[in-house]
This record gives sequence, structure tokens and C-alpha cells, in this order.
Amino acid sequence: MADPPFIELEGITRVYGTGEVAVRALDGINLTVRAGEFIAIMGPSGSGKSTAMNVIGCLDRPTSGHYRFAGVEVAGLTRDQRALLRRHYIGFVFQGYNLLPRTSALQNVELPLIYSGRPRAARQRAALEALRRVGLEARALHDPSQLSGGQQQRVAIARALVGDPKVVLADEPTGNLDTKTSVEILDMLRRLNREAGVTIVMVTHEEDMARYADRLIGMVDGRIARDEQNREAA
Amino acid sequence: MLIEAVRLAVQAIFRNALRSFLTVLGIVIGVASVIAMVTVGQGSTEQVASDVEKLGANVVIVVPGQDAMRGGPHGTTAPMFSTRINDTVKARVAAVAVSAPISQTRERVIFGNANRLSDVVGTDNRYFEAARWEVAAGRLFEPGEIQAGRAVCIVGETLRQALFGAGDPVGASVRIGAVSCRVIGLLRSKGASTFGADQDDFVILPLATFHRRIAGNADVQSLFVSVRDGASIDAAREDITALMRELRRIGPGEEDDFEVLDTRQFALMLTGITDVLTGLLSAVAAVSLLVGGIGIMNIMLVSVTERTREIGIRLAIGARARDVLTQFLVEAIILSMLGGVIGILMGLGLALAGARWLAVPFSPDPGVVLLSFGFSAFVGIVFGFFPARRAARLDPIEALRHE
Ligand SMILES: Nc1ncnc2c1ncn2[C@@H]1O[C@H](COP(=O)(O)OP(=O)(O)OP(=O)(O)O)[C@@H](O)[C@H]1O
Ligand SMILES: [Mg+2]
Repeated sequence: MADPPFIELEGITRVYGTGEVAVRALDGINLTVRAGEFIAIMGPSGSGKSTAMNVIGCLDRPTSGHYRFAGVEVAGLTRDQRALLRRHYIGFVFQGYNLLPRTSALQNVELPLIYSGRPRAARQRAALEALRRVGLEARALHDPSQLSGGQQQRVAIARALVGDPKVVLADEPTGNLDTKTSVEILDMLRRLNREAGVTIVMVTHEEDMARYADRLIGMVDGRIARDEQNREAA
Repeated sequence: MLIEAVRLAVQAIFRNALRSFLTVLGIVIGVASVIAMVTVGQGSTEQVASDVEKLGANVVIVVPGQDAMRGGPHGTTAPMFSTRINDTVKARVAAVAVSAPISQTRERVIFGNANRLSDVVGTDNRYFEAARWEVAAGRLFEPGEIQAGRAVCIVGETLRQALFGAGDPVGASVRIGAVSCRVIGLLRSKGASTFGADQDDFVILPLATFHRRIAGNADVQSLFVSVRDGASIDAAREDITALMRELRRIGPGEEDDFEVLDTRQFALMLTGITDVLTGLLSAVAAVSLLVGGIGIMNIMLVSVTERTREIGIRLAIGARARDVLTQFLVEAIILSMLGGVIGILMGLGLALAGARWLAVPFSPDPGVVLLSFGFSAFVGIVFGFFPARRAARLDPIEALRHE
């Protein structure tokens, strides 16, 4: 555990709305994640898990507190700089798959590489390779509407992996999937973590899935109620 | 990235092919009308030029009065000319090659059961020379016929067809109003002028015959003058003007009571009409381009709303605001350029049909085609910018949450 802090949240709050109707979705979060960790965030619905993921992913800006990503104070970055940070360091797997409709699996996976300016041929090769890693190369030319929920989720994971990110943020990656498919996906994420050293932050509802992580964070009402190492992690 | 934006735009446009087509209809109509108008206008200008060429570029016409160009009656108050004035012009102005005295009216010309209302012109052989008329059959006037004012005449092709069909008019006797006369010649056709005026619809008599038998006076209504090869038309006009002022005793400072017109002025007048038409219809085209641009803006705004979630995904994945802006702007530009291309093709088609119908040359102008194309791209930029900026400014999280 000699790795330097990679993600540092310090007294982070996120308040939606103002006055009477204000919601404190995050209420003073302190969290440090080191490079190469595999973290699971758990907690009841509405406890602020997705909000925390958005802040960590530099999609959302906290109302107060400090957030450092790889030592950089994110609050000091412009909108475009945050976009570049997402482009080069972060892979998202959204709650709900968020694939582009009427666009083939291959093109969906290619998308992040378009923005990093990879030439077309190299892009397609990398996208096919990512699809192969999630076992979907045979479905490369299918639209999302022609894929099952589990397959769509795997396409979303391939899209998160394709740009070789430093961190993968997965918000309920096994949300609506059966146990067998869920286990496959978790195995995949753990292999990615172990073999490629990719830092993974995953939100999940299920204890079974959380067991794959090195460290468990429990959230309640926008606060961290539990933060413990998982000795059983394989 | 730009190539990707183009690829994406083309995909998006053809995914909604019908909607895209309806969207660009305004641009199509605008560009098509500009192209059609300008092309046909160009063609008729060329036609005017060639008509003037046919009439003779070195022709000057002298008429009494000052309102000929405004289409009023020729010199209603100013005194008419005489055959003596005509001869003096020829004698005293060195640049004049030929000067012919002309008087004319409209009268019904009758042969058997056929008749036609035609121009009846009194002049002599000098007119045929100055206006470059050639004989198709028969002959011109004999000096004796001119001198004595014989009842002989020469007909134009249109009148021949009306009276004789395909038959030979030479030797026949026709009636012009109450006057009977013998046809001695037929002129070769010059065809219609630009605006459809038939140049072959007339009958010509010796001037003396016309004076005595038809007009009942000795007025000369105009002088048809051809200028020597190599002589300056402007100098000839000045000389004729000076001489006419002297002959008609117009004091210094007084206005001319006659006009000296050259064919360039006719050409200017005719192209002037064309220019007004072109300008008017260009205004219509500009309005429809504006409407077309607003249509594109509208559909792009709809598209941004429909694709809010897509925009959210792109932003989350690492697209910068300017990447999204480029994508939507390129889509708007390609959409309106597509409208431009369709409009150009349709406009050229219309111009071809119009040119056939008006019997003017079809002469598309590459400059105008390029300009229309550029202008439709410009419409895309202007009207695509606002929707594209709206897309670029979306908040990624709110966009992702959008249903
Ligand atoms: N855009 C928003 N405007 C107002 N309130 C919001 C907004 N987004 C989230 N919230 C509120 O913030 C709180 C935390 O929401 P969040 O989505 O982070 O919960 P979650 O832990 O991810 O829940 P779930 O497990 O259901 O996904 C909730 O009370 C929610 O209503
Ligand atoms: Mg959530």
C-alpha cells in the first residue's frame, strides 16, 4: 500500500437546489483511493452513490470541499480541461447503459477514441479488441436494440476500457443482470484491476458483488458510514 | 475530428432523409430561383446583344421629339423631318455611310381572303442597305419606281406566310387599306427579337408612294443612318446633333427637339428591363433563403433536444464543448449545402427549360453557381450556430438524465 493517493475527496458536499427544497446529496465526504485499488461503494437508494461517482468522474462539481485527482485540484480546471481529463484517464460505466441508439456496438465502443483523435483503422482494431475482451466480438455490428441487457452492459464496459483509462467508474454494472452474467462481469473487472492495474470504483447493491472488491465503502444519507478492507478479496 | 464530424452529420441527415429534405426545401427554392433567374437573365442579355448585332452595331436612328425612349408617341409636338433633311445629313456628316428616310403606319394588308394588320413602311433602297436586309425572292425598287411613286411593294417573311402561305408572293397584287399594289420582292427573314417582336412583319413601299397614297403628307418620321466602318458612333451622333440643331434653328441653350439614338441605347434599355427583373426575383430568393435558414435552425434545435442524451454521453466520454459545437455546426452546414446542391441542379434545369421557352441561349455562369453554393453554406453557419452552441453548453449530467 505504498501507492500515492490517486483520488482524494476532502470534506466534499453536494447540495441540489436552495432554501427549503435543498437536498444534501453529499454531506462531507472524506475518501482517499490509491492507484490500483478496487473499491465497492454500497448504500441504500438515494444515499448519494451516483452523486459521488459524478464528482469523482469530474462530471459534476462539488458545492464545497476539495477534490484532487492525481494530485491536481479539480476545482481549478476549466470545463474543457475536465473533459480532457475524462477523455484520457477515466472510463465510465453508467447506471443504465447509456449506449447511443441506432449505432452499432463497434461504433459505440469506438466513440471515446474518436475524441482522442485515434485514426480510423487503429480505432476499429482497438474497439474490436475491447469487444473481444468482453466476449462480444461476434455482435460487433449489432445495434443496442438487438442486444440483451447483459450484452449491452458488456458493450458499455468495453467502451469504458477501450481508451486504457487509469480509473474505471462503474455505477451498478450488474444492476439488472442475472447472477451468472453478474459474476462474469465482476470477474472481468477484477482481472482488469489485477492484470492492468486499473483503479476501479464500483457502486453496487449486492453484498455478493461487493466481495470482489478490496475495500468496501458504506454510504448513508450522503455520508460515509463504513470504510473497511475486504480480507476475503481474491 | 472534422472528418468524423462530417461522417456523423451525413449519417444523421440520411437517418431522417425525408425530414432533412423538407428542412432544406427553403434553401432549395431560394437557390433554384437565383440560379434560374440569373441564368435566364444572362441568356436574354446575350440575345439582346446578338439582336443589336443583327440590326447593325453601327446604326443611328434620328427621331423628332424627346420622348422616344420613354415609349411615348414620336414627337407629337416637334415638327417632322423631310427628305431634304435626310439628304443634308448624308451630305454634311462625313461619318455617315447611308441615311434612309422612313415613314410608317399600321394598316391592314389584304390578299384574296387572307389579311393581316402589319407595319406599312415608306422608304427607299437606302434602308435595305443601312439595315442589312437581303432579298430572298424578286428584287428591290427600281429608281423609276421610287421617283414616280409607283404602286409596288416588298414584303417581309411573316406577312408573306399570313397572306400567301408557302406560295410565291412576287407578282401578286395586294391591297394596303384602299391602295392596291404589286409585290415585286420578298425579304430574307431576320426572326424574332429578344422580347418576341417580329422583325419580319411589314410591307415596304417607295416613300413617294407612301406619302401620296397612304399618309397624305410629305413627312419623314425618322432617319435610319448607318455609320461608316471605323468611324466613331459617338462622334457621328455629335455631328448629327450639331447639324440637326442648325437645320432646325435651335438657339444656344435651347433643348433639342429631336433625338439621336444608337443601338447601344436600345440594348441598355432592354438589359435594363432584364436587370430589374433579376433584382426583383433575387429579393424573393433572398427571402426564401432566410426562411430556409430559419427552417434549418428550427430542425437543428429539435435535433439537439432529441439527442440531448447522446450529447450527454459524448460529453461524459471526453468530448469538449467545441467538439459538440463542431458536430452540430457541421451537420447544419452539410444540410444547407445539400439544399444548395439540389437547388443548383433544379435551378439549372428550370433555366434550361426557361431558355428553351423564351428562345434565348442557355448560358450558366459558374461564378453564380459557386456563389450560390457558398451562400447556402453561409446560411448553414449562421443559422446552425445557435442550436450548435446550445448543444455545446449542455451540462453533461443533466443531459445524461434527459429522457
Ligand atoms: N439533479 C438533481 N436534482 C435534485 N436532487 C437530486 C438530483 N440528483 C440527485 N438528487 C438527489 O440526491 C440524492 C442522492 O441521489 P443519488 O442519485 O446520488 O443516489 P444513489 O445513491 O445513486 O441512489 P440509487 O441507488 O437509487 O441510484 C437523492 O436524494 C436524489 O433525490
Ligand atoms: Mg445511483
